[in-house]
Amino acid sequence: MSRATFYPHPAVRATIATVVGAFVLLPLAATVEFTLRDGDTGHSFVHWAAIFDPTKAEAYKPIWVGLTNSLTLMVVTVAVVLFLLAPTMILVNLKFPKLRRLFEFVALLPVSLPAIVLVVGLTPIYLVIGRTLGTGAWTLAFAYGITVLPFAYRSIQASIDAVNLVTLAEAARSLGASWLTVIRRVLAPNLRGGLMAASLIAVAVVLGEFTIASLLNRQNLQTALMLVNRQDAYVSVVFSLMALLFCFVLLLLIGRTGSIGARGKDR
Amino acid sequence: MTTFSARLDLVTESVGGDSPRPRARRLPVAHLGLVPFAGYVVIFLVLPTVLAVFTGLFDKAGHLTMDNFTALGDPVILETFWNSTWLSALTAAVGAVAGAAVCYALLGIPAQHPIRSTVDALAGVLAQFGGVMLAFVFIAAMGRNSVLVEVLSSLGIDLYASSNWLYELPGLILPYLYFQIPLMVITFAPALEAIKPQWAEANLTLGGNRWTFWRRIALPVLAPSFAASFLLLFANSFSAYATAAALASQGSQIVPLQIRAALTSETVLGRENLAGALAFGMIAVMAVVMTCYALIQRRAERWRA
Repeated sequence: MSRATFYPHPAVRATIATVVGAFVLLPLAATVEFTLRDGDTGHSFVHWAAIFDPTKAEAYKPIWVGLTNSLTLMVVTVAVVLFLLAPTMILVNLKFPKLRRLFEFVALLPVSLPAIVLVVGLTPIYLVIGRTLGTGAWTLAFAYGITVLPFAYRSIQASIDAVNLVTLAEAARSLGASWLTVIRRVLAPNLRGGLMAASLIAVAVVLGEFTIASLLNRQNLQTALMLVNRQDAYVSVVFSLMALLFCFVLLLLIGRTGSIGARGKDR
Repeated sequence: MTTFSARLDLVTESVGGDSPRPRARRLPVAHLGLVPFAGYVVIFLVLPTVLAVFTGLFDKAGHLTMDNFTALGDPVILETFWNSTWLSALTAAVGAVAGAAVCYALLGIPAQHPIRSTVDALAGVLAQFGGVMLAFVFIAAMGRNSVLVEVLSSLGIDLYASSNWLYELPGLILPYLYFQIPLMVITFAPALEAIKPQWAEANLTLGGNRWTFWRRIALPVLAPSFAASFLLLFANSFSAYATAAALASQGSQIVPLQIRAALTSETVLGRENLAGALAFGMIAVMAVVMTCYALIQRRAERWRA
């Protein structure tokens, strides 16, 4: 068969899987071993249990504060994606098809804008925000909405391309639905996959964000881990592993909803 | 009532599509819908970019100066740009080759297969897993007290014989590869999957073999996608900050760390607003890289239909 001519030989497949798999899994295995250390030679779950140890609660307090801030940021960032980006994308695709290319250009722009460069420009803006809206951690969500923009745009646009938005909207309108009903009851359910993927990616990005929070002097999970790491190297590693696992499950979920990138277009 | 007027709307639109009255009434409302997002993008994307580019042009008193841009020619700054460049090029090259190998190994495994969805999810996570947590994992896994170093030293290999490399510039290579390889898997897999079995059949019919298929058909088709992915990887590590911030405890060996130094203390090279000039330098490099990426990507998409 023709397939055999370009599919890899099983031995080649196994070699690549072993080499790259070792590079990916060995550091993780060594890290897990590190968190299980107890004293000089023993192993136990003492560093994992320490997270809930009341005597260490004071030392770990920044982590819980940071985690709470990060959770708030996730909610506000997802809100920016769902209630600001998504409706605008629907509007552009329905009413302003000529703006689609410009919109795409703007939405993908943050890819070529390093976070550290964004910080240089955001510093004066957040001075103003600090004076008007306060210095609450949640205000960072506006900046995070920008860093999430390219990923969110791609997932939502893939969903939009997979359904016939104009026909759906016109059908609903001709049956007498108001625009709000059209978006809420007709378009949103059809774009559920893309909206879901965009939200989950926003959650993953916000959970791992350090650059902007750190240089604008706000506290989130990552800056807290950095702070606590100076006194207790174990707990920050434990939290890193948990965050990694959490994001892995999240991405498996996205894979299941089957709407990331081109897969949404598969019929 | 709404039902009727909505239908009436539709009728007038389909009968006299270019009658000016309903248009004139409706368009401004639709335009208003664009305002919130446009305002958001202007304040949090356009304005910061403009500020980042132009703050370098002014000194603290607000006078126009070229001082900060001449600082870009300073040997210290040039060295950090050089460090950033070779670090990004090296990790992009190794990451691109290793990632492409993974994509190749995945060829022929159906999309619904559990191996496939696991690798997809893992690559998605690890490509995003930059940052502080990645630094912690590598310190735990390869630091002086790690089990890997212990095992190697029992075999007579001392990883830390010559220097404390993990906390210096070379220490960034392995952590960066840890997110570069997965990113390559994500970006390059669609290109490899677009190779059509018919091409292999045509190759066989015309008397070719496995070698001619790769040499004359697949590699030329894949080359633009590979180059585009390489550029994306380069841009990715060029703009990475958090991992280096957590790992490199001393000095500012790469541009993002130099910007941090300029932002947090105002005495780098004795210049003010140097961060703006450095940011401008980074944007310039990123603009060149991403423009080439867009051009090559357009070329690459010719084969995907």
